[in-house]
Amino acid sequence: MRVVLPYHLKNLARIEGELELDVPSPATVGGVLDALEARFPVLRGTVRDHGTMKRRPFIRFFACKEDMSLEPPETPLPEEVVSGKEPFLIIGAMAGG
Amino acid sequence: MSKIRVLVGTKKGAFVLSSDGKRKKWDVSGPHFAGWEIYHVKGSPVDPNRIYASQTSGWFGQIIQRSDDGGKTWTPPGSNPEDLKSPEGFPKGESNKFVYEGNVGTHKWYDGTQHPWEFKRIWHLEPSLTDPDVVYGGAEDAAIFKTVDGGKTWKEFPGLRAAKGSLWQPGAGGMAVHTILLDKNNANRIFVAISAAGAFRSEDGGQTWKPINKGLKSQFELPDPDAEVGHCVHRIAMHPSRPNVLFMQKHWDVLRTDNSGDLWQDVGGNLPSDFGFPIDVHAHEPNTVYVVPIKSDSDHYPPDGKLRVCRSRSGGNEWELLTKGLPQKDCYVNVLRDAMCVDSLEPCGIYFGTTGGQVYGSADSGDTWEPIVRDLPPVYSVEVQTLA
Repeated sequence: MRVVLPYHLKNLARIEGELELDVPSPATVGGVLDALEARFPVLRGTVRDHGTMKRRPFIRFFACKEDMSLEPPETPLPEEVVSGKEPFLIIGAMAGG
Repeated sequence: MSKIRVLVGTKKGAFVLSSDGKRKKWDVSGPHFAGWEIYHVKGSPVDPNRIYASQTSGWFGQIIQRSDDGGKTWTPPGSNPEDLKSPEGFPKGESNKFVYEGNVGTHKWYDGTQHPWEFKRIWHLEPSLTDPDVVYGGAEDAAIFKTVDGGKTWKEFPGLRAAKGSLWQPGAGGMAVHTILLDKNNANRIFVAISAAGAFRSEDGGQTWKPINKGLKSQFELPDPDAEVGHCVHRIAMHPSRPNVLFMQKHWDVLRTDNSGDLWQDVGGNLPSDFGFPIDVHAHEPNTVYVVPIKSDSDHYPPDGKLRVCRSRSGGNEWELLTKGLPQKDCYVNVLRDAMCVDSLEPCGIYFGTTGGQVYGSADSGDTWEPIVRDLPPVYSVEVQTLA
């Protein structure tokens, strides 16, 4: 699966461009995050809170032009994302004036 | 010749300012961790090449960074490939994991109800005086954490929150442990200060804590001006040779204790304003103290637009204005609580950073000042290392 991280998390994980992740089937929102944190443990706590594992307030998840941020972790991902046709986007919410 | 390294945390990254012992010409490196809020950067007194930084973000939470080469390169502790590896060979670090111990408990909320403790960030990092792998971390919401493995893992001392924590209530700036003082003569003694809660002392290495706020008066902030907790302590400072004497910049009032906090007395004397944030002690003169007067809690800028450091050579009460080299008109910056420090050269150097992005330095104990750098992001913290 293709995953795109926000600028600051790319720097933290020391990666460039898109990320290729192996996500167990059936691929879900929570499954992507589990796979991401397993491969890049330095990102633990940056997307989801330690302990509660809830999405941090200013992080959003986009896929196929849909906002999946409020979906439960067990929500299946669109087939286009699972197949790699479309990326799963982890976004830092906009801020400022 | 000695060298000086000034570690600056700002709203948009960390900077390292380097000079020789003359403290005239400076090299500026950075921004490190560009775009992140850097609340504090501090080096180990045991190993000056070991530096810790608190990197934080409203989006991405808390990261601890560590340098083992004097600030040239940085790594979240535990993520060094030679240090810890996941089965896939990728970083395994959990340096950003700060979890309150046991029952999380509650503190007072703005509407008078009780509110659960929620970790937000690390405001202050205080490396051990004896072990480069041991560091204390002051957190918002107020708590103290400790690492004994160089920042890879952190564990809270919940006894601090047991010191009447249910009565603590965040002020407008949050509720954080922003000051941690260690006693070089007594490894079991630790002092902390918490905005909108007060000062506290541990005699058993952080396991249990006692409020030490007797003598503080907060008639404009608290319904009971002599309350045991709830005072908005902005900063406390100690000279290493005299650990029973502490100086405090409170929200309003500058105070001193001669008995480790058992009783405080006002030493504001002739200060143009006794509101302010930082306070520090001369490296070689335990009775010489520095503060930066700010007009008021409503304004948060210097009185009359004049940026002045005030120095007392008598341990308080009698203060002189230090102005040479500092802007004396149209200056409306603030100096935050962690943004002033002293080096240990002779004569003693003093440094402070402003919310306008200037870092000023004095190589003569405050008599004269020069800007080291003028246009950084708002400065959160300034620490200095005196290198042999």
